[in-house]
Amino acid sequence: MARPSTHSGARRPETDHELHPPYSDADPMSWLSKLMPKRIRTQGGDKRKVPEGLWGKCDGCGAVLYQPELEANAQVCPKCSFHMPIGARERLRRLFDEGTGTEIGAELGPTDALGFKDQKKYKDRIIASQKATGERDALIAMHGKLKGMDVSVCAFEFSFMGGSMGSVVGERFTRAAEHALKHGAGMICFSATGGARMQEGLFSLMQMAKTSAALARLREAGLPYISVLTHPTTGGVSASLGMLGDLNLAEPQALIGFAGPRVIEQTVRETLPEGFQRSEFLVEHGAIDLIIDRREMRDRLAQLIALLMKKPKPQA
Amino acid sequence: MNPNYLDFELPLAELEAKIAELRQAGQGQSLDLDNEIKRMGVKLRQKTEEIFANLSAWQIAQLARHPLRPYTLDYINMMCDEFQELAGDRAYADDAAIVGGLGRIDGQSVVIIGHQKGRDTKSKIKRNFGMPRPEGYRKALRLMQMAERFHLPLLTLIDTPGAYPGVGAEERGQSEAIARNLLEMSRLRVPIIATVIGEGGSGGALAIGVADRTLMLQFSTYSVISPEGCASILWKSADRARDAAEALGLTAERLKSHGLVDQIVPEPLGGAHRDSKDMAERLKRTLLDELQSLQRLDTDVLLTQRYEKLRLMGAYEAA
Repeated sequence: MARPSTHSGARRPETDHELHPPYSDADPMSWLSKLMPKRIRTQGGDKRKVPEGLWGKCDGCGAVLYQPELEANAQVCPKCSFHMPIGARERLRRLFDEGTGTEIGAELGPTDALGFKDQKKYKDRIIASQKATGERDALIAMHGKLKGMDVSVCAFEFSFMGGSMGSVVGERFTRAAEHALKHGAGMICFSATGGARMQEGLFSLMQMAKTSAALARLREAGLPYISVLTHPTTGGVSASLGMLGDLNLAEPQALIGFAGPRVIEQTVRETLPEGFQRSEFLVEHGAIDLIIDRREMRDRLAQLIALLMKKPKPQA
Repeated sequence: MNPNYLDFELPLAELEAKIAELRQAGQGQSLDLDNEIKRMGVKLRQKTEEIFANLSAWQIAQLARHPLRPYTLDYINMMCDEFQELAGDRAYADDAAIVGGLGRIDGQSVVIIGHQKGRDTKSKIKRNFGMPRPEGYRKALRLMQMAERFHLPLLTLIDTPGAYPGVGAEERGQSEAIARNLLEMSRLRVPIIATVIGEGGSGGALAIGVADRTLMLQFSTYSVISPEGCASILWKSADRARDAAEALGLTAERLKSHGLVDQIVPEPLGGAHRDSKDMAERLKRTLLDELQSLQRLDTDVLLTQRYEKLRLMGAYEAA
């Protein structure tokens, strides 16, 4: 198993069973500051000039971490290697060669075709998520270079309505696949999502078919698609583009499955075994190829794409 | 209360009971009740028309799950000249929640695959309430690929609350099984017609639903999540399923208006369960018509059109 023994104490918190945080009113960006002890958090900062959010706490081992160090370490705890959430843009920035990366479908934005309203209007949820994340929707698609090789890359932004897949997510993903097809490039997708977006009804469900059809075309053209499953990936995304990689990879300890653990517990009425639906469990059950540490992601993806596409070994 | 009637069908149940009573009373007696029976029959018809003219999304969701509604094997038996069911995914098991096999409709060989629900407690359990496990989807895929090898058109009948959310299903790759079907169906080199006959429950439905033509029976539903599931997440209460059904826009009429399904097959007055033979005949005629137009197309054209159709699915702003 790819998991170092230092991980053994680090379990994802129970709140991860909540796969629908977008429907809480919490500011999705504040997860880190919330975890900080009050006395470290500096409000107004009059005497001691400690910038806000300079210290964070590892979600896994609880170690107090120096935020710039955590950032430099791709939001992976330097003490226990626990992988904490990372934004879609940051992920893409870390993957592409410096100075490359052009967005695909940035002009696309969500619309409320059904006039959906629950306790809140869908329109208002969109606006709130857009404000909180600075993104128009839950997936960012780009094309750029990975160690000199052309690639199309998508990344889900989980803090935008739980990374849920609606029409914009499906359309951007499909355009990225079509861009790869046109330019004979490989494709990579980092997923982090609760599944299809309920507020777009059957439009959302059909994105599963649309993105899968686009991937069928890449497959027929002999172009590689690598799916990187990150915490969490469930529902309609897992059951479409998530599991359709020529290679299905995962970050350590990510929750990956079709149904969320709560739904399964309610159905089978028993407690689920430890480690159920985690990356390590999926490797054991033959569902994914391997687990890759986020800090090695760029090197390993470049290596795998180069091998698949018979390109020279990329420089370290 | 008779479990075979939905609450809004109860006025019909009463009228039907009265008619049956009159028939009984009329038998073997000189008393002529024919006129009265006829009058009640007209009343029943009017009442049915009245109720069914104004169904809410929630009522339609209930009709789609009506305990007397015809299921896949009922349609197969009524539509096919002959049918041979084929079992197993060739790897792990035979999943009774999905049935499939070789059939002949109007003289023509076809492959038919559909979700199957059970009617009584025992068969409901055997069929797992129409909720397939990965082996069900893999059996379906095996039969689709067989259809492709023998150039046989594929007809699928959708009727599931969703794919089964269980421990074993997860261990054996429920996500992968569904995903693979989506990909393979998008490029299967034979005509595919998918028909939602009852419940079109999310990814578990779509996994046999990628098609050149998508039909819906008038009182079937097709949705990204069940009204109950949606209500418990967004309203934090499954009791708000009525509101969720409305919001999700899961009825045939609304989906057709958004261009998400191609055709609605009208049901007999009072729903498919009131006259299942008539329903099967209507469905059979529609399927044969659609099949004829699809079979005229060159395979590459068929596949291009299928892709373009999927490609256009979505509603977004572009500015």
